[in-house]
Amino acid sequence: MLAFAIRRLFEAAFVMVTVALLAFVLFRFVGDPVSQMVGQDTSLEDRQRLRQELGLDDPIAVQFARFLADAARFEFGISYQMKQPVTAIIAERFPATLELALTAALFAVALGIPMGVYTGIHRDSWLSKVFLSISLIGVSLPTFLIGILLIYVFAVKFGVLPSFGRGDVVQIGFWRTGLLTGSGLKALVLPSITLGLFQMTLVTRLVRAEMLEVLRTDYIKFARARGLPQRAINFGHALRNTLVPVITVIGLQIGAIIAFAIITETVFQWPGMGLMFIQAVQNADIPIMAAYLMLVAFLFVLINFIVDLIYVRVDPRIRIYGPGASGR
Amino acid sequence: MNEAPRSLSPHTVAASSAQAVKANSGLAQLLDSDLLHSFLASKLVVAAALMTLLMIGAALLSPLIAPHDPYDLKAVSLLDSDMPPAWEESGDRRFPLGTDDQGRDILSTILFGTRSSILIGFCSVLLAMAIGLSLGLWAGYAGGRIDSAIMRIADVQLTFPAILTALLIDGVALAIVRNHTIEGGKFWILVVAIGLSFWVQYARTVRGVTLVERNKEYVEAARLIGIGPVKIMFQHILPNVIGPVLVIATINLALAIITEATLSFLGVGLPPTEPSLGTMIQIGNKYLFSGSWWMVAFPGLTLAMLALAVNLLGDWLRDALNPKLR
Repeated sequence: MLAFAIRRLFEAAFVMVTVALLAFVLFRFVGDPVSQMVGQDTSLEDRQRLRQELGLDDPIAVQFARFLADAARFEFGISYQMKQPVTAIIAERFPATLELALTAALFAVALGIPMGVYTGIHRDSWLSKVFLSISLIGVSLPTFLIGILLIYVFAVKFGVLPSFGRGDVVQIGFWRTGLLTGSGLKALVLPSITLGLFQMTLVTRLVRAEMLEVLRTDYIKFARARGLPQRAINFGHALRNTLVPVITVIGLQIGAIIAFAIITETVFQWPGMGLMFIQAVQNADIPIMAAYLMLVAFLFVLINFIVDLIYVRVDPRIRIYGPGASGR
Repeated sequence: MNEAPRSLSPHTVAASSAQAVKANSGLAQLLDSDLLHSFLASKLVVAAALMTLLMIGAALLSPLIAPHDPYDLKAVSLLDSDMPPAWEESGDRRFPLGTDDQGRDILSTILFGTRSSILIGFCSVLLAMAIGLSLGLWAGYAGGRIDSAIMRIADVQLTFPAILTALLIDGVALAIVRNHTIEGGKFWILVVAIGLSFWVQYARTVRGVTLVERNKEYVEAARLIGIGPVKIMFQHILPNVIGPVLVIATINLALAIITEATLSFLGVGLPPTEPSLGTMIQIGNKYLFSGSWWMVAFPGLTLAMLALAVNLLGDWLRDALNPKLR
């Protein structure tokens, strides 16, 4: 277990250094940081002095080491576009994205697992076919179209839910939450459905496939032979055994949710990190792009690491080769 | 595993033509039997195939069949802007599906937009396939350090969702292009961005099959008669991995089309002056609140139908080629 954790830790560090190198190259070589920071009438000497101060004349290796040290403290300089420290901008935007992502994940699980169990038990009922058709559409429809559709129905036609922004927010320490006000909760509904729909179909399909597999096993037959009630068999015996892969997939999907939040946040003008990132891409705001890249990579690596550890902990069958050998 | 010496021998020619014959008869076999049967057995799949063909045909012929040229500035008039579809009260018969905010005919724009969506989709899938196939074959055949290096890169990239990778490559390319003021070329930036974000799945699949195939007798025989490793990889092993690769490619085509539309929708794909379903939806989205639903509904529907049809084909192909499910 310890050896496995240490090896995973090394792999995680490798990923982070690779991403840091990419972010550094982006930061250093795409565009000239100096000409982004000064006005047109700055003299050449002033520019040169600024270069010296910023350490842009040092050897590349030294610069990369400095970049790594800054990144470890999450210092990414000043945004070209907004003229504010990148760290402050991200600290302001992060809670919005996290609240949206977690609500979406909750929605996906709360609906996906029951739908998966139902379609797994009642294979040929018409309701199962409806669920599976919904899941096929959920896979085929691009996220932004689902968002626009929901906006059209619930905001334009019926006018019951807001179509943009977070509503009223409450400041608790550094965290600005929308979960404590009525308008904040209302504003959360459409974006989290939009973001969670794809994950929900994924959970449904996964739970269904696992249920079909488990229901065929001997211990389920034996439970039936013992005359246990159907409900106890389905939920106590079958569902419980499907949950290990489901937990893994959901854990890994939290990373995907954060990435897909870019699209959802753009559709709903949700003031989170995704919207910030897409605006940075449009404006070639490299410091923000680099910081977002590092932060998202860190979150992904952290989630992968935790999921791997949980997986090994929960399922004693996996030892030496780890989940990488068995799952995608 | 020792690698065979790189040398050309007279046998190479004979072997390669024999391989070609084998591949040909393989194709004939493929078309003859199970695949065709399972295709015709499902009405849904036939419908999806017809739909896909129809859309590809209409899109490729768009310069001929589109009633207007929406990107000819002389022909577009602002006076025609924001018109509802022809069957609505204030519609105009010249514009069957209405017009957008610039007075462009929606139907024609959809035809042209679908063409660029499909072209970008095909090109990026081909690029991803070429990269993934080559790297997968190389990793699986060479093994050792090359294998672990390639697969490690694949693992790192797999940590990130493809859409994020595409966005990043696209964003970086945009920043570079902006700094050097090169105009145009957005089409190829998109192709490269999407292609580079989808190669991993091919590489992993191909590597897996190659690992098995390289120890088989026909590969050993080919090596013994002095055929070079590149030829062995591409002419002997490749035909054995093409099945799963085609399945991935079909499903990826839908994904690539959606990715292109998403990037264009986010405003980092094709510019508004070039036709694209994603850009149309982005523009239409702005006018949704003023009641101009047709600007977003028709391109959105087209995109959804295209993705759904290609997805259905991909699902069918996967099940049909999977011997376990027969």
